[in-house]
Amino acid sequence: MKPKFGIVTFPGSNCDYDAFYAVKKVLNYDAQFLWHKDDGFDNLDVIILPGGFSYGDYLRTGAIARFSPIMEKVLNFAENGGIVLGICNGFQILLESGLLPGTMQVNESLKFVCKDIYLKVENNDTPFTRAIKSDTIKIPVKHGEGNYYTDTKTVAELEKNDQIVFRYSSKTGKVSKEHNPNGSISNIAGIINKKQNVMGMMPHPENACDPVLRKTDGQYIFKSIVESLLN
Amino acid sequence: MYKATVIVKRRPTILDPQGKAAEQGAKLLGFDNVLNTRIGKYIEFNIDTDDEKAAEKEVKEYSEKLLSNPIMEDFEFHLDKVE
Repeated sequence: MKPKFGIVTFPGSNCDYDAFYAVKKVLNYDAQFLWHKDDGFDNLDVIILPGGFSYGDYLRTGAIARFSPIMEKVLNFAENGGIVLGICNGFQILLESGLLPGTMQVNESLKFVCKDIYLKVENNDTPFTRAIKSDTIKIPVKHGEGNYYTDTKTVAELEKNDQIVFRYSSKTGKVSKEHNPNGSISNIAGIINKKQNVMGMMPHPENACDPVLRKTDGQYIFKSIVESLLN
Repeated sequence: MYKATVIVKRRPTILDPQGKAAEQGAKLLGFDNVLNTRIGKYIEFNIDTDDEKAAEKEVKEYSEKLLSNPIMEDFEFHLDKVE
């Protein structure tokens, strides 16, 4: 069995080709694009909601994409245990759709942030992280609204259930305000649902896959997914 | 037909970076008395029915489902009868 990825293109997605390139050309997995108006898909093992500015970020990030025809199928797919990865705008869409708790606000600095950052891997026992052997990974962020917010009760719950997968940190894994690029509560960079089949993350693993970029930690995410599906 | 006006506001406990930035601008302009700037959304649209109850229900659902995010925003609305 060769796992197959489906990458959803919404109007305004701009990292769909990056995700396709990473999965298909760099890692040599099967992948296909899905259009937001498609009302179904078959024989796919993983759905990626890519980064970008779906519907121009109108109203709120991800708010309108969440009602695209394909999202109903994605919700069903997730409900039946299918693997769904939301990256950046894809994460925002997962929040709006209620698959993951919380919401995104404008970065505390009010500035768009675009740089390589380190993530402390808080949980490497998930289908998205099991191939990660180090404490931290280096992956770029590029967003204006990545300031994750939820109430303190939900944060405590996420912590208790090991649902916080990544936190912004130093290279050695020190989690502090200094290493928080956007003001996210509790330095949260990525979370997973309780069933561990839906993950959202602000950093872009697809932009840290091709060795020509001299950073390849993003590969771990896709390799973990495939490893999980094959076992 | 009714004209609906919806105002979406961030909850008072939620940080409003845009409001904060606008207020910094206000201070630079010398508006020293400006306090607690909060930026929200003003949305208007028509509802094509003469049944006020039905119009109310639709505006409420639209506001809850799409126009506001219940995690961090509240909304209020009013309806005006139009010809």
